[in-house]
Amino acid sequence: MARRFRWFLPLVVIALVMAACGTSTPSGDAKTVTVIGTWTDAEQDAFLAMVKPWETDTGNTVKYQGTRSINDILAAGVPTGVLPDLAGLPGPGQMAEYADAGALQPLDDVLDVATYTDETSPALVNLGKVGDKTYGVFIKAALKGLIYYNTASHDYAASPPATWDDLISQGQANIGDAEALWCVGIESGDASGWPATDWIENILLRQSGPDVYNDWWAGKVKWTDPKIKAAFDLYKEVIDNSYGGGTNTVATKFELAGDPLFKSPPGCEFFEQANFMSGLGKFADLKAGTDFNAFPFPAINPDYAKAVEGAGDLFGMFHATDAAKSLMKYLVTAPAQDIWVKAGGALSANKNATSYPDDFSKNAGAAVANAEQFVFDASDLMPSAMNAAFWSHMVSLTSGSETVDEALKALQTVADDAYKPAA
Amino acid sequence: MTDKLITAAIVVVGVPGVLIGYIWATEQVLRILPERRRPDIRPWLWLAPALAFLALFLVYPMIGTILRSFQDNLGKTFVGLDNFFWFFGSADALSALKNNLLWLIFLTLFVVGFGLLVAVLVDKVKYESFAKSVIFVPLAISMVAAGVIWLYMYQYKPPGAVQTGTLNAAIGVAGLGPVPWLQVEDFSVNTFMLIIVMAWMWTGFAMVIISAALKGINPELMEAARMDGATEWQVFRGIVFPLLVPTLVVVSTTMIITALKAFDVVFTMTSGNLNTNVIANEMYAEMFKFGQYGRASAIAVVLLLAIIPIMFFNIGRFRAQEAVR
Amino acid sequence: MTATSPGLDQAGPEQGWFARQHIGLHTALIVLMVIWAIPTFGLFVNSFRPATDAFGTGWWSALFPPYNFTFENYAHVLGQSNIGTNFLNSLFISIPATVIPIFVAAFAAYAFSWMEFPGRNILFVVVVGLLVVPLQATLIPVLSLFASWGIAGTFLAVWLAHTAYGLPFAIYLLRNFMGSLPREVFESAAIDGASSVTSFFRLALPMSVPAIAALAIFQFLFVWNDLLVALIYISIVNPDNLPLTVSIAGLVTSQGAGAEFLGAAAFISMALPLIVFFGLQRFFVRGIVGGSVKG
Repeated sequence: MARRFRWFLPLVVIALVMAACGTSTPSGDAKTVTVIGTWTDAEQDAFLAMVKPWETDTGNTVKYQGTRSINDILAAGVPTGVLPDLAGLPGPGQMAEYADAGALQPLDDVLDVATYTDETSPALVNLGKVGDKTYGVFIKAALKGLIYYNTASHDYAASPPATWDDLISQGQANIGDAEALWCVGIESGDASGWPATDWIENILLRQSGPDVYNDWWAGKVKWTDPKIKAAFDLYKEVIDNSYGGGTNTVATKFELAGDPLFKSPPGCEFFEQANFMSGLGKFADLKAGTDFNAFPFPAINPDYAKAVEGAGDLFGMFHATDAAKSLMKYLVTAPAQDIWVKAGGALSANKNATSYPDDFSKNAGAAVANAEQFVFDASDLMPSAMNAAFWSHMVSLTSGSETVDEALKALQTVADDAYKPAA
Repeated sequence: MTDKLITAAIVVVGVPGVLIGYIWATEQVLRILPERRRPDIRPWLWLAPALAFLALFLVYPMIGTILRSFQDNLGKTFVGLDNFFWFFGSADALSALKNNLLWLIFLTLFVVGFGLLVAVLVDKVKYESFAKSVIFVPLAISMVAAGVIWLYMYQYKPPGAVQTGTLNAAIGVAGLGPVPWLQVEDFSVNTFMLIIVMAWMWTGFAMVIISAALKGINPELMEAARMDGATEWQVFRGIVFPLLVPTLVVVSTTMIITALKAFDVVFTMTSGNLNTNVIANEMYAEMFKFGQYGRASAIAVVLLLAIIPIMFFNIGRFRAQEAVR
Repeated sequence: MTATSPGLDQAGPEQGWFARQHIGLHTALIVLMVIWAIPTFGLFVNSFRPATDAFGTGWWSALFPPYNFTFENYAHVLGQSNIGTNFLNSLFISIPATVIPIFVAAFAAYAFSWMEFPGRNILFVVVVGLLVVPLQATLIPVLSLFASWGIAGTFLAVWLAHTAYGLPFAIYLLRNFMGSLPREVFESAAIDGASSVTSFFRLALPMSVPAIAALAIFQFLFVWNDLLVALIYISIVNPDNLPLTVSIAGLVTSQGAGAEFLGAAAFISMALPLIVFFGLQRFFVRGIVGGSVKG
């Protein structure tokens, strides 16, 4: 018996040696920068196009991996120290956490700070800071609270509604045979509910202003406060006047929710979403500015007519190699950002990046870069347990399984726990 | 390219070589020992690779998890049973626990029941391979794709609009619906809809194992009973079923544990909203989203405790099996 | 009447009663098959339709004129830049991650079923109990281990991890199967002077082929469809080693576009596991156990 297997012995040795060398990682080449981001498919192509000139200039290479699971990767990577050179960050909360853990590297000596501060909206610059050091930059931005409409129904571009009441009355005047005033859809897999949180944020911002808004996500205004309740009540009114009501809103994927605008007869007159909606669902096949268009969310209280809500993708550095620093510095510059926005679908946080492919994106980009009162997506700024509960209770509220008061009470209970200072 | 070829060589030749070589080498080592010592040492050499893998990659992390369950979220302060009090005091966690109970009972019943039914039925027909393949296909589908598949099944459009979901279109023919399947919280309908997705995927698993066991039953036993005039049902009840019981225990135990760990379906399809949450999803959120390692660990420990009774039942079964063979 | 042709002709003397049984049997089976096939069939049809059609109307409406089918979804999936490499990586990951746990589990199952040692049952139950360990709870400590060994990002890391994750079930299933083999076979082999190694390779392993085939299918499938383990242990250090599932997950962009490609991707990625299943089907026949016992 033993003889039968004797020939395996040399094989074993060979295999072990090969396993040791063959599959080992290519040694850390200083000229390669590893990058992990959330952008995949067409977005990934745009990102790679953006870094291409840098690669040509410096002779370095970028090893990029796009994945939606960036949260899992960094949650595992930060405690173990297995990290890419540069990475997208899930949000400002995690950025602070990773900076405190010593994993994120400060960028103050990496960026051309004077130019960066000059070209970027101050609100976004501040959100990238922990204490007085910069740890994150917004490499991509989005504009929230655009109200989309089908130009075939009525072209609102001539006199976009300036106030909420104006919007309702204009909408009702032009509704024709549309089934409802609004289309809403908040299904989004494991992030379901986020479009509804955008609704609440946009309403609250225009009802009560940026100060209340910022105090609210920071946990200084209670969920049960009448100002918050007012925003929820108005949202509930929108849902009551929506295509298919709350049930359909919860069942509908957000990226397909605007499609009934183009049905015949139309399902609705208006649809609220962020600027990137123009690349999703039926919008993707139609021409922005011609077939459909959008106007900004109107003021509810006239004092807050200039307020704008935006969001963005944060980017940080985990290894301060020379190549990584050089890439980081390059990414926020206007020439790099110009390539990024030219590909479409992306807005830049840099006001000097203006090579947008169409007027629709150009206007959205300008609205972010030149906003007088800019606030960041509140749910993204909340502690993650609060954010998750906010999403989840918006689903319950919209489906009718909870009343406004029940949802707010439950959210305040979560807040009492989530805003506790870390032990 | 040479890298790939070397990898391929390791994959095809090296790995089996190492494994078979190991067992061969153990016998050589044992030869050095005096004959009567060998039976004491031999089992441990055969178990060593498995125990090493389990110790490093499952037991070691689990010990860390158990320790973390008594600590705060930063893992610095001992907090006693606080994380467990949090778990049993939180309404969300308790509702998740209740849903897991539904998963445990109905997923197991459904998968084992249908798996057994299909395995027994296909054993009697000529198109066995084809029929098994049809039931098996869902297991080969990744969770992402299964999510899309069941989106098309459960899709809801407002009353009056054309229904695009298979289920709502089907009941629409009878003039019923539409029903927002994943939103109906009464009688946990939405949780059952998720259990159905999982059961659809896993029935093929039970079928394959039960069928393999069925093929191991000596056909002469069944033939003899048939000769004695037993009906097919009597053959099944009297001969086939008792011989399948150990396998059914294995499949049921596996499914109970799968139900306790149910995560992907819930995470992908409802994210635990509208009272469909389960504890594994809760654990994932606490660990990867909220950075609450202490709480997440406490949930993992609760899972571990929950299976102890099932494990004791299994010990009993294996003792019985060894007594009769 | 041979045992290897389990046809309907096995029916006993009561032909009339059985004839009715046959219709019932076929009807029941066909109904089950249709129910199981419909969801997948719906996706299959939709994978050949443009996005607006697939999301706007039910899949069945594609079966009636006017027909509007397209291969664009498949073209897009296959046109991804890394898809070839990732497919190959999936193979490099899945094959050893299937072979290693089967061997390791077979060794352990053999020891658990046919060797005497103190604490055997308790140890076995602890091993099976490890089934309940949530994979997510192991990610961080295991990644630390891999990092300290310098193998994070390699195939070896995922082989080891998948082996450990698959072992509790593999040992459980194989021990159940090997433990039910008849004692006389092993006793007579021992009397003939066969060593444990001989008994294992000549008796236990061949007689367990149906269970091993089943195990091979499951383990292959779980590894093939895994996304999380590969992402955590590979993606950070060496994205060049990532499997197909990562390409597929990347079809949907961060803003939510591209869901229409998932159907096509599902069928492309399913093809190989199904081939494995069909290939291993021939081991699920009656007689393997009996045959090797006699031989």
